[in-house]
Amino acid sequence: MLKKEDKIFKNLYGHNDWNLKGALDRGIWENTKNILDKGSDYIVEEIKKSELRGRGGAGFPAGLKWSFMPKDSGKPHYLVVNADESEPGTCKDREIMRNDPHLLLEGCLVAGFAMRAHDCYIYIRGEYYKESSNLQKAIEEAYEAKLIGPNASGTGWDFNIYLHRGAGAYICGEETALLESLEGKKGLPRLKPPFPAAVGLYGCPTTVTNVETVAVAPTILRRGSKWFANLGNPNNTGTKIFSISGHVNNPCNVEEVMGIPLKELIEIHAGGVIGGWDNLLAVIPGGASVPLIPKSICDTVKMDFDSLIKVQSGLGTAAVIVMNKSTDIVEAITRLSHFFKHENCGQCTPCREGTGWMYRIMKKMILGNIDSKGIDQLLNVTKQIEGHTICALGDAAAWPIQGLMRHFRPEIERRISEFNKKRKVA
Amino acid sequence: MNHPGMINTVSNINSNTFEWSEENFSKVKTIIDKYPSGKQQSAVIPVLDLAQRQNKGWLTKNIIEKVAETLSMSFIRVMEVASFYSMFNLEPVGKNFIQICRTTPCWLRGSDKLLEVAKNVTGCNLGETSKDDKFTLVEVECLGACCNAPMIQINDDYYEDLTEENFKHLLLKLKENEKISTGSQIGRQSSEPKRK
Repeated sequence: MLKKEDKIFKNLYGHNDWNLKGALDRGIWENTKNILDKGSDYIVEEIKKSELRGRGGAGFPAGLKWSFMPKDSGKPHYLVVNADESEPGTCKDREIMRNDPHLLLEGCLVAGFAMRAHDCYIYIRGEYYKESSNLQKAIEEAYEAKLIGPNASGTGWDFNIYLHRGAGAYICGEETALLESLEGKKGLPRLKPPFPAAVGLYGCPTTVTNVETVAVAPTILRRGSKWFANLGNPNNTGTKIFSISGHVNNPCNVEEVMGIPLKELIEIHAGGVIGGWDNLLAVIPGGASVPLIPKSICDTVKMDFDSLIKVQSGLGTAAVIVMNKSTDIVEAITRLSHFFKHENCGQCTPCREGTGWMYRIMKKMILGNIDSKGIDQLLNVTKQIEGHTICALGDAAAWPIQGLMRHFRPEIERRISEFNKKRKVA
Repeated sequence: MNHPGMINTVSNINSNTFEWSEENFSKVKTIIDKYPSGKQQSAVIPVLDLAQRQNKGWLTKNIIEKVAETLSMSFIRVMEVASFYSMFNLEPVGKNFIQICRTTPCWLRGSDKLLEVAKNVTGCNLGETSKDDKFTLVEVECLGACCNAPMIQINDDYYEDLTEENFKHLLLKLKENEKISTGSQIGRQSSEPKRK
């Protein structure tokens, strides 16, 4: 279990003041100049050594990503913070932005400086109205206290932070779609390469990174990469905010050490599964895009990137959606299929057509109203979408269904045979 | 899904031309200043949002033309944005625009029941606006407050940790034009584990 003194998010629940005064009391903005004085290469190196992996879902090594920014391109550099938190199950960045916004802003300065960027845009999802007003207020406070702006925190580095509200589109959480949206267009993902580090916002070098990744950076630099790397397991280091939702007694966000066993996470922090651990059916461990895992795996699995990949799932955003035995598992996944059908951008044919097709078949499967070849046909379609689209939304739509079939195929076969038996009788 | 933010045709019924209010016009300037010079197209989402707020929560053809003019964009570029993003309504909405989250985490905790309550109290079916223009009822995809499920959004605010009872109570209050408190309806501050 994570010790209290090792917590990075000291005001995750908003029990204390989120304004600048409260932030200063918690040690945020304390001698930020000292960190920046050590130079951008030092910062990138320390983040690399800490083995911090991106908290937005893909788990890409953060230090490595930051190091992709060109040394001298002659163009302005941009830091873009991805606060378009829309992955079903995930609600962690929301708590950072409304309850501890200065933690994020200080991270922006540190990360922006490391990337030689003078401008930072925070792209927040439009529905987060209260969160954006808190964040805007915090930005104004930081400007007023000269923590950001010209000669930010007395470092000689000019740094501006702008808040940009989106308008309701899951796809804008994809980094290149987010950049398109920020440029005032429809959120259609771009082909990569070129990657944003070479050609990003307004054609300039850009790094897009998740709120939580940015927010933990100053603490890592203050306490040292060694401290962070010693938490958790090798290659899966540090702390992580887990969002536990669904059939648990006390749904909550909680900061814990990476690699905590799933069972411990649910029982200690979320008050256990409704009806007890034996009443557990399955868990989606990392937000809607990752395949579910059945109870037998939940009994022992650890919550980190590598352990979850080994069981053919993923840590994603660490949004743990718990389902107990009262759940119609087929409908639970069908709802996710509806989500992806609704949120696909319409650019690539396999995804645009495929998500609708998968949803309609899944809907029939709830009742079992399909012939016995239906399951394989559906799996075949998921394979045709996966890997054949510009962005990962196609994969994200395919994986939950593949996970369902991997672990609950007998249940669906039972529904199909029962439905067909009834039809024959009628 | 029947949602005024998810349609692709724009209404031309409002024949009055749209003009920025003085206050909003100066806000537009502040918004454009956030972006590098010549990149004012970046402001299209916040400016459309501002226009929608000035027009009781929805956009007409005239407004989209005005936004295009303000940002020196072509009409179709603004129209694309207005139809792509679900928060831009291309049909009128009631005073209380109720969006019920239907995605798995909320569904697991009973969002279907909330929908029934909302239908009963408002007298609306999905996608409908009540005759007195007080309510519009729609379903929406994940709003990102899953640890406080089930939850809904009314206009700008989230209402969380709902049950059939407290949701019914909330809607009845709205019907009587009484004030309601936002956020968790069971006294949680944010997404901490509830007290035993």
